[in-house]
Amino acid sequence: MANYSSNQFKNGMKVMIDGDPCSMVDVEFVKPGKGQAFTRVRLRNLLTGRIWERTFKSNESVESADVMDSDLEYLYNDGEMWHFMDPNSFDQVAADKNAVGEADKWLKEQDKCVVTLWNDNPISVTPPNFVELEVVETDPGLKGDTAQGGSKPATLSTGAVVRVPLFIEQGEVLRIDTRTGEYVSRAN
Amino acid sequence: MQDELWRPGAPIRNLRVRAAMLARIRGFFAERKVLEVETPVLSKCAVSDPFIDSLEVGFGFQPGIEDERLYLQTSPEYAMKRLLAAGSGDIYQMAKVFRNGESGRRHNPEFTMLEWYRLGFDDQRLMDEVAALIQTVVPELSVTCRSYADLFEQELGLDPHRAELAELQRVCREHVDAPFEDNDRDTWLNLLMSHVLEPRLRGAVFIHSYPASMAALARVRADDSGRLVAARFELFVDGVELANGYHELTDAREQARRLASDQRQRAMLGLPQRPLDQRLVQALEAGLPECAGVALGVDRLVMLALKAEGLREVVSFMHERA
Repeated sequence: MANYSSNQFKNGMKVMIDGDPCSMVDVEFVKPGKGQAFTRVRLRNLLTGRIWERTFKSNESVESADVMDSDLEYLYNDGEMWHFMDPNSFDQVAADKNAVGEADKWLKEQDKCVVTLWNDNPISVTPPNFVELEVVETDPGLKGDTAQGGSKPATLSTGAVVRVPLFIEQGEVLRIDTRTGEYVSRAN
Repeated sequence: MQDELWRPGAPIRNLRVRAAMLARIRGFFAERKVLEVETPVLSKCAVSDPFIDSLEVGFGFQPGIEDERLYLQTSPEYAMKRLLAAGSGDIYQMAKVFRNGESGRRHNPEFTMLEWYRLGFDDQRLMDEVAALIQTVVPELSVTCRSYADLFEQELGLDPHRAELAELQRVCREHVDAPFEDNDRDTWLNLLMSHVLEPRLRGAVFIHSYPASMAALARVRADDSGRLVAARFELFVDGVELANGYHELTDAREQARRLASDQRQRAMLGLPQRPLDQRLVQALEAGLPECAGVALGVDRLVMLALKAEGLREVVSFMHERA
């Protein structure tokens, strides 16, 4: 594996810190007028999500992490693992509960997700920013109530529960922003 | 967001403020009868400080053939001291200086430095004048003064002059995730200063009487409790390092010794050996008048006056746009 010297650090770089793959969120050069330079790095542990700051001396080096993001298609969940496929090579990978985490409630078959692989193993899954999901359960819609505010909970096909406007009916397909978990519009 | 790199990073209105500030600075020195000078940006010698890296330039009489290696100045200090020794009297200059590898929110490989020297001043008198200068530019700034030892003792319960390496390292690691090893006390002091103490400094704060090991080109004297300290000060404004000043070393032998000691430290750290400025030593031998001098980062001063977040808001074209 390659090594990066602290002078080469930049945002987004993936490195191994204390045995875990981490991503550099923010890199700041700290140099007293007299005395040696430091590089202060805000790091995110890609396994645990923890964010913290570490300081490196100049020319200290760290090992790069074999981490890459791939666009994979979500196939199915076998009850234990979530299966994804590379649409070009048809290679498949399986991600566990740890890697999928919160993304679980937005995963719809055949949607493209960003799967982060470390040494070819999935460590996190990012769903598309917008997904279209069917309402499987909600209180009956109020006809004509398209302008007024007010909302109610609706359960979607993936099990996610979101707040939707009162006029939404069971069986409708909705567009949801997965970053905020909010209803955007009807899908059609 | 699309970024068009041909455009200046700083808004034009900030450049107008900058220009007005430069004019006010020149007015400040004209009023006090301090002479504006210019010295070479390209020098045959490089700064000795192991932690400042000079940019190299190949000079040649024919294109593509280097006859002489020159160095872009990292500060006009050596040349200005030669002028002082030659009888210039009080002098100042605003010059572009260059530092290899320094790039970040508050660093750019080239920046504008204001440097001045006052005959007969000590560090205390010069601090007063620095305060007067920055208050002509940023009038609402409150100015306070603390010794390096008081700062460390009050904020961290640590005596920076006497604490052992292991203790400095332990206290530092309570505050900073810095698992590397380093057996230079100054490294840990600098780390505590830049990561823990500087962010706590509000308003304009002079920190003075540095540990003797950080004297650079300041003279060393005994403080009230008999500890050897450097007659050196730094000015921080809202935690940003803005200026560095000395009651200047005038002893030529001590100067030669410090240059040689820097060179040895460079060798130990595997850093390039560059020609030492013996003309500076000769100038001190001829007689540098008793004086105090200070260097101040002009871009950072403009940044503070405009309450800007980074240099890019006050420098027309930073490194990535140059």
